[in-house]
Amino acid sequence: MPPEEGMTPIVRNTTRLVSGFIVVFGTYIALTGHLGPGGGFAGGVILAAAGALVVLSFGRRVSSSLITEPTCHVADAAGAAGFLALAMLGYMVGGFFVNFLPVGRLHRLDSAGIIPLANLAILVKVGAGLVGAFLALSAFRPGRRSVLDDGTADGRDGRREI
Amino acid sequence: MSMAIYLLTFGLLIVGIYAVVAKKNVVKIIVGVLIIDYAVNLLLVLVGYRTGGQAPIQAADETAAQMATVAVDPLPQAMVLTSIVIGLALTALMVAMAIRLHEKYGTFDMDRIRQLRG
Amino acid sequence: MNALVPLFVAVPLGAAFVIVALAHAGGLKRLTGPLAVAAVVYNLVAAVIFLGVGDLSVFVGGWGGPGKTLGIEMVCDGLAKLLLVTINLVALVSIVYARGYMRRFTRVWLFEALFLLMTGAMNGVVLAGDLFNLFVFLEIAAIASYALVGFGCEAEELEAAFKYLVLGAVGSAFILLGVTVLYSLTGHLNMAKVAQLLPAAAGPATMLAAASLLGGLALKAAMVPFHAWLPDAHPSAPAPISAMLSGVLIKASGVYALARIVFNVLGPSHPYATILMVLGTLSMVVGVLLAIGQWDFKRLLAYHSISQMGYVVLALGAGAGVVAAGGERAIAALCIFGGLFHLFNHAAFKSLLFLSSGSIEQQAGTRLLKEMGGLSRRMPATSFCCRIGALSIAGVPPFNGFFSKLVIIVALMLSGHPVLAVVAVGVALMTLLSFVKVQRYALEGAPGARSAEATEAPASMVVAMASLAVVCLVAGLAMVLLRDHLFTPAGDALLRGFEGAKDLVTGAMP
Repeated sequence: MPPEEGMTPIVRNTTRLVSGFIVVFGTYIALTGHLGPGGGFAGGVILAAAGALVVLSFGRRVSSSLITEPTCHVADAAGAAGFLALAMLGYMVGGFFVNFLPVGRLHRLDSAGIIPLANLAILVKVGAGLVGAFLALSAFRPGRRSVLDDGTADGRDGRREI
Repeated sequence: MSMAIYLLTFGLLIVGIYAVVAKKNVVKIIVGVLIIDYAVNLLLVLVGYRTGGQAPIQAADETAAQMATVAVDPLPQAMVLTSIVIGLALTALMVAMAIRLHEKYGTFDMDRIRQLRG
Repeated sequence: MNALVPLFVAVPLGAAFVIVALAHAGGLKRLTGPLAVAAVVYNLVAAVIFLGVGDLSVFVGGWGGPGKTLGIEMVCDGLAKLLLVTINLVALVSIVYARGYMRRFTRVWLFEALFLLMTGAMNGVVLAGDLFNLFVFLEIAAIASYALVGFGCEAEELEAAFKYLVLGAVGSAFILLGVTVLYSLTGHLNMAKVAQLLPAAAGPATMLAAASLLGGLALKAAMVPFHAWLPDAHPSAPAPISAMLSGVLIKASGVYALARIVFNVLGPSHPYATILMVLGTLSMVVGVLLAIGQWDFKRLLAYHSISQMGYVVLALGAGAGVVAAGGERAIAALCIFGGLFHLFNHAAFKSLLFLSSGSIEQQAGTRLLKEMGGLSRRMPATSFCCRIGALSIAGVPPFNGFFSKLVIIVALMLSGHPVLAVVAVGVALMTLLSFVKVQRYALEGAPGARSAEATEAPASMVVAMASLAVVCLVAGLAMVLLRDHLFTPAGDALLRGFEGAKDLVTGAMP
């Protein structure tokens, strides 16, 4: 099956059932980063796994209505700009990146000031960035022409083993 | 036990350097760079290790001072997280360049990707 | 004022993110270029304003701790201010030049975003007061530069970018190894605290840390055993990126980090001073010998970068040697002044030369000296600026290169290295020879096959080159003024060494 078409109905149905849960799990890991292991980057990688799963099982033609490279660029920039805006808002209380939300009691989800919000921004950025990288890399087609015109490019001279 | 682990980490570093220096396939060179990166990350985590220590997460019935006496050092873990992200960005860039190199040269062999001389 | 220090990094980064978002917003796409120029203008103006303020330091985040010193420190002392002015000046000139040069590329917004990332990260490198923060910003600048070197996506550019990437990644891994060992020895990452705790924890591990750090940073600074990436990477990049790489990246991430670590963290002792002097001498001599036989203009300029960086590192090493031997502070200050002055001058004239080579490449279509000729008649403004750049690097008065090389040679004689002073004079003569060849083949003579129809470059490129030419002329004549306001505070920051550690870290130390 060519990559534009997608995979078999079994894979597609399983993805329909599972991908939502993967997104929720990634967001959970990101939001509880101040209480346990994880945080923004780990959550973003899980989110990107969901995105890659959708693109692979449904094929480029169907998934490109939802997940395209420009969307990923804009989401990436929005996440990063959100993180920087959070840091700049710290100037209201005295300096760059200073905490301005109440710290709260230990072990609660709404404790630790701006850290959950920062984790959320990183989640968006890393997820969008990795899905964008995946989309850009999956456009690979093996090179048939070559600037070395000595007729020995890979594919024509299959005996070379390096 | 402790010295052997550090020596193994340096051994991993040497394996990575060997792959970068001696291999001719572009993909193998990329894997070599990754191995070097992960070897240094591993050494960084090992530096913070405390024998018999626990994860640096404060349980509900502990104070911060009690946790500090039994936990492993959390600062190298934060550094390693940053370093892994840097390694990821480097990997993505390397793989993208390898793909483009194949589009232009038609091969992954470093001996033949030698237009620039002098 | 303290709280505004992180803005040097935040403004270019924020502008880069906004540019990526604007580029997909349809009609607002035209704003990306002016936004990039505005961000760099802010940085340069802020850097000049900060020159008049004293030493600043801020602990980002304000997390308290004993004496309010817990956290990542950003330090803006004399050396940081000198490099801030240098980086932002060259960045402004390059981004203005790029408005004219990058018109033939698609996705110019991507170039501008990566450029701003690189500039913001280099500002972060010179402001870092913390070893790991230095490493992180070094990596951001390096990764942005790998992508920018291969921006044109032609075969040669990709090959050069890949080689640069692999060598740079290995160098960065060694820098991280050095930081790891230093952390395991002292338990702190703050440069001032490590400097205080390191003598007590000395041992064989210190040598491992120093060797890895110096090796990795020498690779970033393109010193001679580790220079193999530079002659491929700098010519293949687009001209404004060549100017940024040769003009500031090897200085901010290479020479500045070397100086900061040897003087302020490890302490200037005999082994480190000797290593710096050996690296400097080798680079000086090998760079110029390899440059003489080059016929590709940009490759010749790249080899000369190696040689001139050798001058800077040699002067800094001589200063470290004088401090280690307990000599007079005035002689050490003179050595360091010569090195830092040459660093600033090299940023100015090397960027000017790379920008003019890009202009010649765009208008005449060639980089080979034998195919150029007679350009002084066809492209008068470009060739005038190129001539000023060539005279500066060759060390002809009254341009700035003459004064800085003179100070270095006198300082070498005074600090007890007459042989090295003679070698420096010889290298200067060979540099002069090499640039006489450039002027003879590129600017004089009969027009070559490709340069017969060359026209003058667009206005933005000429304005950029002319500004750098003015800086080359003024920096030489105003040497005493610059020395008092710019270079003496920078030299003092390096020479303070251990005393500076106590000043910058407020609060009690265990």
